[in-house]
Amino acid sequence: MRLVLPEGRVWWRLGLALLAGVAAAGSAVALLATSAWLITTAAAQPPVLTLMVAIVAVRAFGVGRGVFRYVERLVGHDAAYRVLGETRARITGRLEKLAPGGLSSQRKGDLLARLVLDVDAVLDLWLRVVLPVAVAAVTATATIGLLALLLPAAGAAVALAVLVACTVVPLLTAQTAARAERNVSSARGEVAANATETLLTAADVVAFNAVDDVLKSFSASDAKLAAAERRSAWSAGLGNALLVLCVGGASVAGLVLGNTANITGAVFAVLVLTPLALADVLGGVPAAAQLAIRVRASLGRVQELLDSPEPVHEPANALPLPAGRDLKVKHLRVGYGDDDVLDGLSLDMPAGSRVVITGPSGSGKSTLAAVLMRFLEPRAGQVLLDGVDLAQLEGDQVRSVVGLLTQESHVFDTSIRENLLLAKPGVSDLQLWKALYRARLGVFVEKLPDGLNTMVGEHGARLSGGERQRLAFARLLLADRDVLVLDEPTEHLDEETGRALLEDLFAAAGRRTVVLLTHRPELVPAHVPRQLVCLT
Amino acid sequence: MKPVDPRLLRRARAARSFLVASVVIGVASGLLIVVQAVLLAHGIAGVVLHGAGVAGVALGLTGVVATRGLLVWAQEVVAQRAAAAVKSSLRKQVLEHSLKLGPVWLSGERSSALTTLLTKGLDDLDPYFARYLPQLVLAATVPAGVIGWMGTGDLIAAGTVVVTLPLIPIFMALIGWATQAHSRRRQHALAVLAHHFADVVAGLPTLKLFGRAKAQESAVRRVTDKHRVASMGSLRLAFLSSLVLELLASISVALVAVGVGLQLVDGKLGLETALMVLILAPEAYLPLRQVGMQFHASADGVAASEEVFRVLETPLPARGERTDVPDLRVNSLHLYDVTVRYPGRDEPALDGFDLEVRPGEVVALTGPSGAGKSTVLSVLLGFVEPERGVVVAGGSAADEFEPTVWRRQFGWVPQRPGLRMGTVADNVRLGRPEARDEEVLVALATAGAGELALDKPVGEQGQLLSGGQQRRVALARALLTDAPVLLLDEPTAGLDADAEAAVIAGLRGTGRTVLMVAHRPALIAAADRVVTVGARELVNA
Repeated sequence: MRLVLPEGRVWWRLGLALLAGVAAAGSAVALLATSAWLITTAAAQPPVLTLMVAIVAVRAFGVGRGVFRYVERLVGHDAAYRVLGETRARITGRLEKLAPGGLSSQRKGDLLARLVLDVDAVLDLWLRVVLPVAVAAVTATATIGLLALLLPAAGAAVALAVLVACTVVPLLTAQTAARAERNVSSARGEVAANATETLLTAADVVAFNAVDDVLKSFSASDAKLAAAERRSAWSAGLGNALLVLCVGGASVAGLVLGNTANITGAVFAVLVLTPLALADVLGGVPAAAQLAIRVRASLGRVQELLDSPEPVHEPANALPLPAGRDLKVKHLRVGYGDDDVLDGLSLDMPAGSRVVITGPSGSGKSTLAAVLMRFLEPRAGQVLLDGVDLAQLEGDQVRSVVGLLTQESHVFDTSIRENLLLAKPGVSDLQLWKALYRARLGVFVEKLPDGLNTMVGEHGARLSGGERQRLAFARLLLADRDVLVLDEPTEHLDEETGRALLEDLFAAAGRRTVVLLTHRPELVPAHVPRQLVCLT
Repeated sequence: MKPVDPRLLRRARAARSFLVASVVIGVASGLLIVVQAVLLAHGIAGVVLHGAGVAGVALGLTGVVATRGLLVWAQEVVAQRAAAAVKSSLRKQVLEHSLKLGPVWLSGERSSALTTLLTKGLDDLDPYFARYLPQLVLAATVPAGVIGWMGTGDLIAAGTVVVTLPLIPIFMALIGWATQAHSRRRQHALAVLAHHFADVVAGLPTLKLFGRAKAQESAVRRVTDKHRVASMGSLRLAFLSSLVLELLASISVALVAVGVGLQLVDGKLGLETALMVLILAPEAYLPLRQVGMQFHASADGVAASEEVFRVLETPLPARGERTDVPDLRVNSLHLYDVTVRYPGRDEPALDGFDLEVRPGEVVALTGPSGAGKSTVLSVLLGFVEPERGVVVAGGSAADEFEPTVWRRQFGWVPQRPGLRMGTVADNVRLGRPEARDEEVLVALATAGAGELALDKPVGEQGQLLSGGQQRRVALARALLTDAPVLLLDEPTAGLDADAEAAVIAGLRGTGRTVLMVAHRPALIAAADRVVTVGARELVNA
C-alpha cells in the first residue's frame, strides 16, 4: 500500500526500532539460555572464575531486555507518528483535488468521518503489526539457528513449532475471529438499528407510554446477539491454546531429541529450556494477525477513496478571467458514475439577476451548484462566464467570482473571527463586524461575552442552525464574490427561520447575481423579482 | 483507577460467576506451571547427573502441556461467554435508564454517541473480560504458588522474588502517578491533532471556496510535526514505567540465576532444585508484567464501562405516585409562572409563563422562534421540570402524579415526529397497541391521511413517507389515544392549504381540547384563543 509507506528518512528509524526490538527479545531468550548453561555447569562445581563470563552475560542480558525494549518503543512510536503525520498530509493534498465533486455524492460526511478514523490504522500497522511480527520472526530465526548449531534435529523441531506458531496460529485466530464476526454482525446490526431508533424516537415512545413494548422488542434482538456471541465463544481461545502446545511441544522435543542424541551437560539444559523463552517472543503474533485484518480493511478503504478519479481537469493554459459577470449554461449534461443527473439544461443568468431553481431532491440542484463552482466537470455542454467556458479557467479563478452557501456550510472549530478571516485574511475587525451586521448576526455576536473571539465548537455546535448559516453567509459576504450560489440554505431550518434567512440573504446580496437552489420556493420573499426554473 | 470496578460486578451477575470460574482456572494454571517446572528440572537433572532416561518425564510433560492448552482455551471460552452476558445486561440497563431519564436528558446527550456506546463501545469490554480480568486473577494466584514452591527448594531465591515482586506495582504506581499529567497532556495533544485533521478534511470544500485549500497539506504537516515533538517528550517519561517493570523482572531473574549458580558451586544446592528455581522465577513475574499490558489493551473497555455507569448513575427525577389524575375532559389545565432553563443555557427557555386551557377549547400558541412554545408542551408532558412555577389540573400539582398515568391525558404531535420501523398502522397504534383496524382507519382519515394503506411500510425513521405524511401519521397516532387533550407542534407544516383545512376541520370535529403551536395564519385563525409566548428581543434565527 503506497499510501502508508514512510518517507526515506523514516525507514532507518523503523530499522532502528526493529533492531532494538530484536535485541530486547533476544536478550530474553539469551537470559534463559545462559542461565540454564550457567546453572548446569555450576553443578559440576568448577572454579568460579570459569563461570565469570556467563555470570556477566546473564546480568547484561537481564539489564539489556528492559533497556532495549525502552529504545524500541520510543523509536518505534516516533517513526509511527511521523508516518501518520505524513499520511495525513498526503491525504489532505489528495482530497484537495477530489473534494467535493470527486467523492460520491451520498453520505459525504460519513465517508470523511470514517476516513479520519481509518487513517489512524497507520499507527496500528507499524506499532502493533509490522514491528512485533518482524521482531518475533528475526528473534525466533536466530534462536532456531542457535539450537540447530547445538543439535540440528532440535533446531528443526523448534523451527516446526515456530512455523506453526507463526502461520497456523495466526490463521486460526484470524479465521475464528472472522467467523465469529460473520455470525454476530447481523445480530449486532439489528441491535444497533433498534437502539438508534429507540433513542431517536425516545420522546414519542415516552409520551405514548410505549416504553415497555419498545424495551421488549429491544430485548428480543439483544438476546439474539448475546446468543450468537455465546455460540462463537467456543472457538475463541483455540489460537492461544495452540500456541501453548507449540512452545511446550518444542521443549519436550528438545528433551527427547537431546536425550536420543546422547547430549548431556549444560548443552542439554540449553536445548530443553531455551524454547520456553519463545512463549514471550511469539505471544504477540496472534493478536498482530487479528489486528492486521482490521488494519488492512481500514487502509483499503482509505486507498479506495483516494483512488477516485479527479472530478475536474485544470486547463494547461488558463485564460485570463473575463471582466463581465453574465453566466450562461448551455446544453449541460453532467452526472456521477453511470447516471446523468442533468441532461440538456440551458439557463441564462445575467449579472445582478435573481434565479430560483427548484425541483425535488435528486433532480440535480446540488450537481448544478457543483458545476457552477467548477467542483465538477460537465460531460457535455458548457457554462460560460462572460462568454468564456469555465473549463478554460482554473477552479480557483472561477471561485474568486462565484461564491457558494450550502445547507452544510462548514464552520471550523475555532473562533468566530478566525472563521470569518478564512474568507479574507488580514482584514480589520470593522470589516468583520460589517459583514456580520449585513448577515444580521451582528447583534447576536455583540451580545456574546467573548464577541468575535467566541469559540463556535465542533462543526459550530455552539450555534443554532440559523446562526451557523448566518455566520457562513457573513463569511461569504466578506469574500465579496460577484455571483452567489445558494444551495438549499434553509434545509435544516424551520419554516419561520428559513423565511427570515432568505429575506436577509436577498437583501444583503445587493447588485450581485443570486442563484438560489431550493425545494421550498414558497419561502422566497414575495417581493423579490426572480426567474423561476424547475428541474425534474 | 481501581483494578476491578466493583460496579461492574454489582450490575452484572454474569461477571461474578465468571470471576469464580477464572479463579478456579487460574489456580489450576498455577499448579500446572509448578508441576511443569518440577518435571523439567527432574528430567534435565536426571540426564545431566545420572544419564537417566526421559521417557516418563516426557510423557508427564506432554500431559501438562496439553492440559495447559486446554485451560487457556477454557479460560477464553468462559470469558467470551461472560462478556456476552455482561454486555447484554448493560445494554438493556442503559437503554431502559436512558428512556426513564427522558427525552430532554437524551437531547443533551448525543444520541449517536449513546448508540455507539451501546454497540461498539461495550464491545471494547471483550478484551477486559477475555484478557485483563483473567490475567489479574493469574497475577493474584500464580506468583504466590510459584514463590511458595520455590521457597521449599531455595529460600534465598524465593526471598529475592518476594522482595522484588512488590516493587513492580509500587514503582508502576509511583511512575504512573508521576507521569499521569504528562500522559494526559499527550492524550490531549493526540486528540487535538486528530480533531484538527478531521476539521480540515470536513472543511476542505469550504477552504476551496475561498482559495485556501492548497495550503492545507503543508499546514497539516506542520501541525503534526509540532505535536509529535511535544508528545514524544511525554512518551519518554510514560515508557519509563514499562522500563522499570521489565528491568526489575529481568534483573531479578538474572540475580536468582547467578545466586543459584554460585550456591551450586559451593555445593549448597542440588541441580534439580536449582533448575526448578530458575524455571519458576520468570513465571512469578510474567503474570504481573502482562496484567499491565492487558490493562492498557482494555482501557477502551474500561472507558466504555465508565460511560455506562455515568448514564446508569444519573439519578432519575423524583416522581409523584398518585394515580387519580383529574379528568381533563371536565377540568381546566393551568400553568402558573412557569420558568424553564435548560442545562448549560443562561437565558431561560420559558420565563414566568401563565396559561389556562379550558376543556374543549382550541388554543394556539404563537411567538417568535426560540420563545419557548415547544417548551410549554414539554412541560405539560413532564419532559422538563420547571425551575419555578407549577402546572395544575383539578386543584392538584402535576408533579404529584405518576408520570405515565399523567401522560394518558395527552396526545402529542411533535415538531419532528419519530416514526418507528414497521407499517403505518404499527405507528398509529404506538399509544394503543390493542386498537382495531377500523379505529386506526378513522384516526388516519381524521388526520387527513385516509389515502395511506394500513400495511404501508414507513421505512427507517419514516423515510418512505413524505414529511407531510409523517406528520399526519403522527396526528392519527395522537388521535387514536383516548387522551382528552391534544398537544400539537405545528401540525400542518408542510401541508397545502386544502389539506390543512381538512385537518383543522377534523380536529374541530373530535371535540377534544387542543393546545397547538402555530405559525400559519389558517391554523391561528382556526383557534378559539391565541396566546403569545414571550418574545425575546434578540434576533435569534
